Amino acid sequence: MTSQDQILISAKSVTKTYEDGFQALKGVDLDIVDGEIIALLGPNGAGKTTLISIICGIVNASSGTVTVAGHDIVDDYRKTRSLIGLVPQELTTDAFESVWSTVSFSRGLFGKPANPAHIEKVLKDLSLWDKKDNRIMQLSGGMKRRVLIAKALAHEPRILFLDEPTAGVDVELRKDMWAVVEQLRADGVTIILTTHYIEEAEAIADRIGVINKGEIIVVEEKAALMTKLGQKSLRLDLHAPLTRIPDNLSAFTGALDLSEDGSVLTYSYDTSAERTGITRLLAGLAEADVRVADLSTHQSSLEDIFVDLVREQA
Amino acid sequence: MNGRAILAIYRYEMARMWRTIGQSVVSPVLSTSLYFIVFGAAIGSQMQEIDGVSYGAFLVPGLVMLSLLTQSVSNAAFGIYFPKFTGTIYEVLSAPVSAFEILCGYVGAAATKSLILGAIILATATLFVDLQIAHPFWMLFFLVLTAVTFSLLGFIIGIWADGFDQLQIVPLLVITPLVFLGGSFYSISMLPDFWQTVTLFNPVLYLVSGFRWSFYEISDVSPMISILAILVFLTVCCTIIWWIFKTGYRLKS
Repeated sequence: MTSQDQILISAKSVTKTYEDGFQALKGVDLDIVDGEIIALLGPNGAGKTTLISIICGIVNASSGTVTVAGHDIVDDYRKTRSLIGLVPQELTTDAFESVWSTVSFSRGLFGKPANPAHIEKVLKDLSLWDKKDNRIMQLSGGMKRRVLIAKALAHEPRILFLDEPTAGVDVELRKDMWAVVEQLRADGVTIILTTHYIEEAEAIADRIGVINKGEIIVVEEKAALMTKLGQKSLRLDLHAPLTRIPDNLSAFTGALDLSEDGSVLTYSYDTSAERTGITRLLAGLAEADVRVADLSTHQSSLEDIFVDLVREQA
Repeated sequence: MNGRAILAIYRYEMARMWRTIGQSVVSPVLSTSLYFIVFGAAIGSQMQEIDGVSYGAFLVPGLVMLSLLTQSVSNAAFGIYFPKFTGTIYEVLSAPVSAFEILCGYVGAAATKSLILGAIILATATLFVDLQIAHPFWMLFFLVLTAVTFSLLGFIIGIWADGFDQLQIVPLLVITPLVFLGGSFYSISMLPDFWQTVTLFNPVLYLVSGFRWSFYEISDVSPMISILAILVFLTVCCTIIWWIFKTGYRLKS
């Protein structure tokens, strides 16, 4: 995030304590930049949905403020809400309505004049066009999910919230949905996505925020987060097995690991460190007359990072 | 003012009525016709006139009120309870609509439905009895305000209800007895003094009495009191709803 980026949504010290005393959010600060795709990652019950619900007006915050495009979500709710489309986590649809009428209803509800051409485009983009006259109850779960997305897009929002959009959705549909998200991003829509599928965040997000126990632990550019927190490892397949790590490599103790059969040496290093130590390691190996058959490096995935972060906090 | 949203909710609710036409129109009309046949034609022929009005004709305003009250309450209660139950309420809550607009949409549709129903029942009644309407303006006044007021009450019940059973309880255990005991089928002057006094505490009496007055100029209580009473009920319901939206009671956590 650079200083030129325009902040579209800004949450300041947002807390939420439910009536039963459960503290879902403990002072969340989050800025969302115009045009980005940000993924909020977190385990179940971390507060992702609560945060989204507050921004969209479904849940009242206990304290703190949120602004959308400079407007307060409470005082100027008409302005903020008309900018936002929400796809909820649960498949909450009207069973008896037709796809066409439920999507048209959403547009009217958000105060936009009827525009059949736009509705048609949305339905076609989501491969719902041939189902437009079907009652929603006749659709599969994946199709219902598409209907919810179509409803959220019916009023041409500038911001789209996708609350676990691909939970319980098959792989094909998930790929379709990512394509829709890409298209929306190209149209300049800002997208906030919650998920616990890390591969989803990794595949489509620009930035990633990790929420756990009602707090944002980290918000970073995806690449930066992965390099910053990512460990890389270098795997060396040896020509002949070793019985132990050669003495001249004692400086690497801790970072260097010999496999049980002695044929693989693994070296873990920090990519952000000034010196990775790889040259020294290779020189040391040559000195000790250890011959390397093959080498490969491995970058830890977002999943590894996420698990580390959440575990650290626990 | 988000007029399009009001219209969207209103149309959506009206579409629901056409989808469930059997349940929302045919069944109340059928049951009212049964009342006419049994009380109006069969029993009514054996009864003397009340204040110069045949019993069959005397019944009509009471029967219209019975349908109007129960249908307004249950239509509006169901209309708002169902989206709460299925979760689709999220969309209305996240939309740029004010509480007043939501209310206009839901209550407007519920009141419209019960007015349509009231009109159908009145039309049906003309098949059985000779109807005359002395004060059409006041007749409409009572009809519309009762439909609106009790749709508001239904809306409150729909928001309060936690389950389908609670949705049924108020119409069944409160509204129906009040209507039956509120002089829908008889003049309270037929009751012993003690029960006449008790009946004066029944709010429905004032509605039925005023409504009947607009037809035949006979009433149990002064029409002015009836007009005041309906305005008081309207104010009470509006106040409760204002409080509900202000606090988010059972709508927002």
